[in-house]
Amino acid sequence: MILASLVQPSFGLIFWMTLTFLTLLFILAKFAWKPILKGLKDRERSIEDALNEAKRAREEVAGVKASNEELMREAREERELLLKEARDIRDREITAAKDKAKAEADAMIARARAEIANEKNAAITEMKNQVAELSLLVAERLLKDKLGDTSAQHALVEKVMKEADLTRS
Amino acid sequence: MFGLSFVGAACAQHEGPAGDQGSGAGHEQVEKFNAGKMILEHIADEHGWHLWGHTSIPLPVILYDSERGLKVFSSARFEHGHASHDGYALSEGGEVIAVGANGLEDEAATDRIWDISITKNVVSLFVSVVLLLLIFGSIARSYSRRTGQAPKGLQNLLEPIILFVRDDVAKSAIGKKKYERFMPFLLTVFFFIFLNNLLGLVPIFPGGANLTGNIAITFILACFTFVIVTLNGNAHYWRHILAMPGVPVWVLVILTPVEILGMFLKPFVLMIRLFANMAAGHIIALSFFSLIFVFGETSAGAGYGVAIGSWAFTVFMGLLELLVAFIQAYVFTFLSAIYIGAAVEEHHEHKESIV
Repeated sequence: MILASLVQPSFGLIFWMTLTFLTLLFILAKFAWKPILKGLKDRERSIEDALNEAKRAREEVAGVKASNEELMREAREERELLLKEARDIRDREITAAKDKAKAEADAMIARARAEIANEKNAAITEMKNQVAELSLLVAERLLKDKLGDTSAQHALVEKVMKEADLTRS
Repeated sequence: MFGLSFVGAACAQHEGPAGDQGSGAGHEQVEKFNAGKMILEHIADEHGWHLWGHTSIPLPVILYDSERGLKVFSSARFEHGHASHDGYALSEGGEVIAVGANGLEDEAATDRIWDISITKNVVSLFVSVVLLLLIFGSIARSYSRRTGQAPKGLQNLLEPIILFVRDDVAKSAIGKKKYERFMPFLLTVFFFIFLNNLLGLVPIFPGGANLTGNIAITFILACFTFVIVTLNGNAHYWRHILAMPGVPVWVLVILTPVEILGMFLKPFVLMIRLFANMAAGHIIALSFFSLIFVFGETSAGAGYGVAIGSWAFTVFMGLLELLVAFIQAYVFTFLSAIYIGAAVEEHHEHKESIV
């Protein structure tokens, strides 16, 4: 008897359940599920929006950073270029100055050498002249002493004549 | 906690008749402890809410008698089935029957009664509905007040479950395009079953009623699913039921009746599954406690000894029932969603096999 009632839906309960469940469904759908599902959806959308926003911002920052880096790179390159040019100019000027100095020095040395050579030639010429003069002087004296008498003069002539190689023309 | 009321209830069953015998008030025989009767009485509906011993809350009896009109009186008038009132009495099964002047059932008059009394299960139903309205009303307010903010409190507790029903049940079974229309029904069904399953585990008033283990309740829930599926079935759904495309006519002769039967079988199975699972949970727990008194009748020592084991098993079953409470709510909702999904599914080119 009781067992049968267990699997036999009672009319009263069916009546109340239908009524109550419909009411519950209606009230919850209107006053609970609607705002809850809307709230969930809105929140999800706002989170998604925020994430997208953040992503965009991140990308923007990355872009700015990249352009900054590009600028920095350009600046660095320009600096390098300027430095290189400056270095080149300096090097060129130094080289030019060096060359000029060397040329001047060379010229001076050459001039000095020429002068030395001139002086040397002059000195040699003078010395030659003086030696010749001195030789002449010595020779004059010797000759005056030795060939004071006539016999000595004849002896010399004879000696020279002997020594002289007449075969050679 | 689960077991406490059952101990009390079982004690009442056991001691009640003994007490009567002591006072000698018209009960000559000592009633033997009848476990089956006790269990079935506890999981069945009743007029009046039995709390403990002889204490029960009287509930209104509302009868519509096609001859005598509407009758409303307190269930206390029946004096637990010992008395008749105004020509009505309680049968052994706890149903209201019409009795004649001689105190015997007048079957013709009984057939005329439409009993829409506020029984124990109806009270439990109202309690659960009030709880659901309070809980989700307050959550709904939180959602409107705290738009776009993180969930808090009760909202935080239930939001994962709501999301679970939405994402893992509705979206996966019905599809992203059409699930929204069915969300109110699925959420209501899920939380109705879940809350009532849990209330059924609470032994003290106002819990402890076996609402989701009552076939009338599961019948109505399944009816709702059936109505929604049938009303929302598109041409594709009906064609598959009435004349499965690509099937020879002679097979259709067999297949179509099977498909039509299937339409009704699906909600029928929903009804039976929930009812059987929840009723079984209550029966098992009550059985463990009955053991105590069955053994207790042979000797007090055996009763106490078995009590320890029964207690441990009931605690274990209680934990299991917590899981079952959720799983059954989920299964009912998920299968409903699948049936709805099949009914509203868009027609796509035939590749599916004929099953």
